[in-house]
Amino acid sequence: MFKTLLYVIWDGFLNLASHISGECPNQCALGYSQVSALFGSVLHVTAFKAAVLIQRWYRRYVARLEMRRRCTWRIFQSIEYSCEQDQIKLHNFFSYLMDHFTPSSSKERDFISRMLTEEESYKDTELEKLCDYQSVEVPDSYVGPHLSFPLLPDHATALVEAFKQKQQLHAHYVLKLLHETRRHLMQLPNISYVSTCYSEEITICGDLHGRLDDLFLIFYKNGLPSPEKSYVFNGDFVDRGKQSIEILIILFAFLLVYPKEVHLNRGNHEDHMVNLRYGFTKEVMQKYKVHGKKILKMLQNVFCWLPLATLIDQKVLVLHGGVSDATDLELLAKIERHKFVSVLRGKKRKEKSRPMESKVTNGESLPRSSSFPGSCFHPGFANAASTSSRTELSQWVRQSVQEELEKCRRQVGFRETQGDEDLTCVSSVTMTELELESCGTSESSHEEWKQIVDILWSDPVPQEGCQMNTVRGGGCYFGPDVTEKILQKHSLQFLIRSHECKQEGYEFCHNRKVLTIFSASNYYEVGSNRGAYVKLGPDLIPHFVQYQANKTAHTLTMRQRISRVEESAFRALREKLFAHTSDLICRFKVYDRDDTGNITLSDWATAVESVLHLGLPWRMLRPQLVRSTAAGMLEYKSWLDDLAVEQRSKEHIQSSLLEIIYRNRSNLETIFRIIDSDHSGLISFEEFHHTWRLFSSHMNIELTDDGISDLARSIDFNKDGNIDFNEFLEAFRLIEQSPGDDKTVALTTPHCRDGS
Amino acid sequence: MALAAAYVIQQEWALEGSREQRVAGKKITDAFEVFDHECNKTVDVREIGTIIRSLGCCPSEGELHDMLAEVSSLPFVIFSSILKFTKALIFSLLCRRPEYRPIPEDVLLRAFEVLDVNKCGHLTKEELVKYMTEEGEPFTQEEMEEMLSAAVDPETNTVRYKDYITMMVVDEN
Repeated sequence: MFKTLLYVIWDGFLNLASHISGECPNQCALGYSQVSALFGSVLHVTAFKAAVLIQRWYRRYVARLEMRRRCTWRIFQSIEYSCEQDQIKLHNFFSYLMDHFTPSSSKERDFISRMLTEEESYKDTELEKLCDYQSVEVPDSYVGPHLSFPLLPDHATALVEAFKQKQQLHAHYVLKLLHETRRHLMQLPNISYVSTCYSEEITICGDLHGRLDDLFLIFYKNGLPSPEKSYVFNGDFVDRGKQSIEILIILFAFLLVYPKEVHLNRGNHEDHMVNLRYGFTKEVMQKYKVHGKKILKMLQNVFCWLPLATLIDQKVLVLHGGVSDATDLELLAKIERHKFVSVLRGKKRKEKSRPMESKVTNGESLPRSSSFPGSCFHPGFANAASTSSRTELSQWVRQSVQEELEKCRRQVGFRETQGDEDLTCVSSVTMTELELESCGTSESSHEEWKQIVDILWSDPVPQEGCQMNTVRGGGCYFGPDVTEKILQKHSLQFLIRSHECKQEGYEFCHNRKVLTIFSASNYYEVGSNRGAYVKLGPDLIPHFVQYQANKTAHTLTMRQRISRVEESAFRALREKLFAHTSDLICRFKVYDRDDTGNITLSDWATAVESVLHLGLPWRMLRPQLVRSTAAGMLEYKSWLDDLAVEQRSKEHIQSSLLEIIYRNRSNLETIFRIIDSDHSGLISFEEFHHTWRLFSSHMNIELTDDGISDLARSIDFNKDGNIDFNEFLEAFRLIEQSPGDDKTVALTTPHCRDGS
Repeated sequence: MALAAAYVIQQEWALEGSREQRVAGKKITDAFEVFDHECNKTVDVREIGTIIRSLGCCPSEGELHDMLAEVSSLPFVIFSSILKFTKALIFSLLCRRPEYRPIPEDVLLRAFEVLDVNKCGHLTKEELVKYMTEEGEPFTQEEMEEMLSAAVDPETNTVRYKDYITMMVVDEN
């Protein structure tokens, strides 16, 4: 089009020239005025050409930026999901414990029992005793907000203001608030029914993940909850961000003050097992050193009472994760949802006096339990009368697992991949079925558990059908046909869910029948994504509001924003590469048959993917990861050495051990937290020793007792015989802060321009 | 409504062709995969421009338009036209046809100098906006704003283009 225009212009004044001179254009002799007229036109054409050139160049630049942005996003997402795979590895570890570990002393038995026993869902009276707030005194010196019950709107507003002033609510009030919240939630059905005719619009917010600034921004832009302003908060209020407890307090306060207008759905992070790993437990213990444990225990019993879904005008279903082909709203409505304190551990109310039939062992009764990939905990195990019957059981279980493995594999159609992930995922599925058989439980409890897991953990995908969500280790990948089916079954118009971070804060899929809404902006890093909330009126047409809660993000140019996020992503990626050094070397050697120490860049890309399984476009990422290449070849050993040097290394610890620590840091942290039952942040030398011994034998690591002692001693910073495992983990933290934490990094990019 | 364009590049080029072609083919596949959101070997036709440019080519909007017109005017996606289109791409990557090559710094500088009628070493913000939004293949408002945010020196409200180019080039590398 424009090319044509160009030619027309050119043709145009060629004609003009010939017209003026009256001669053939090729031989034009022109006067001064004619020349200058021509000159002007020529200039005009040249300006045109110059503009096109600049525009072409600029557009290419922008495209490259866009590509970098996409790659960065992919890196963050794949790392986040691979973290969730850790859950599966943890399950491995625990089942390994059950299979192989015979406690040789009562101390060891205690140790194991602490890992395998779990809290139960308590009755009211028990809770009041354990988590009482009356005994918690509020000192006169306390300057934070005071709450009195029943709560009034002023209290809620005061809380918001107080948190803006960075105050902290006293444990006494927190506990009382939690008690009241629980009392309120107990009255609510599993599915909340909301109508748009009472308030004109309903605002639905997605994941907040402890980002208080985003909640403030939402309230600022949209107004506080009130009789005229209804809200639905769709789960994942906690973890990752640093102000999870504040968000909970605010949400619960408004819930109590405006029970008809504020609705909360449970998310997969409203689960104490998940909180152990993703930071909420840590946050509570840091902020409430004395009463944190009570608060955490109380929280377990509040989370389990959160409703599972919200239905708007009988037409729009709002839930946290998604649906599966088994999802049935009628069934969901009937479940006793509070029995599932943690979906990961399949906890049930302890029925002490009910003897269960067991096909497996003689006379040993196993309590009911439903499991989930990532758990197979039986409270009864730790208190087993005799270890021999346990071993018997575990042997039987193990054998059957192997047998079932092939069958399930074929059924579910898993790809043939190496590595433990798929294997264990299938085996854990099998575990579920086996446990049910062995426990003689009815189908119903498993069905109920599955209904809940599917709601909280599933993700929509473009492919039809319903596959197990192997990445997360729970729930399903559901396709547009599954969505369509459930919409028709219950006469719904569309689904609103959260659970996945989206660049623009929201995203449609499945032909606009599924809306993902995500309200935590800058989730991976400052500038990584916007947050959004959606408003629905009686017409049920969604209106979106997007935002980004960080002043610096606005003043950065696109280029700077992308650079910053990119830096963070690549740091995380380099850490992952480092953590797999040995495997990478093995793989590189396969391509380097002549043992020259070099491989092609193309082979590098293939090798890295086959080790890390992150599904990333390595060729696009290569320039950022591999700096020096000669003639398209890479000296892989020195590249890996460079990676190692970058990381903070402990010279006195062998590198292979270092690798293992990095690779399993998330799981180690979770295990430590489980062992540290009083949440003190400290474990004894002995406990540390036990953990390492078990872990290393499970991971087939050669680690002598001396090796463990060395490790322990090197970390005993206080030299008092106790390991502060927070410090332990910090010592092996490669990046300044993990993605998702709040960051205050000074802008150091050159040519930085602060916006006017 | 977004059309999807299927790419089957690797099929043809990964198995045959010279080593350079295979490597180029893989690189192109990788780039496409970044935009393949649904993981089903299709990309939105509107993003092909971004993909091609990010691989290093510099087609003008017009050239891109022509390319895409071939592909998206068809009611059904036909492999052969896609392959033709991507072969051209690979060919250009390999042979570095002038119109697709990245624009060298000095050529870019001269382009700015042409627009700098008074030869004073900078453009005013208004001049840049005028040229970019009225001449050539005009920018959208978004593109213009984004360019201004990095190019304009807030103190003088001018575009010191030489510095701007240097900064952008450094950033690229």
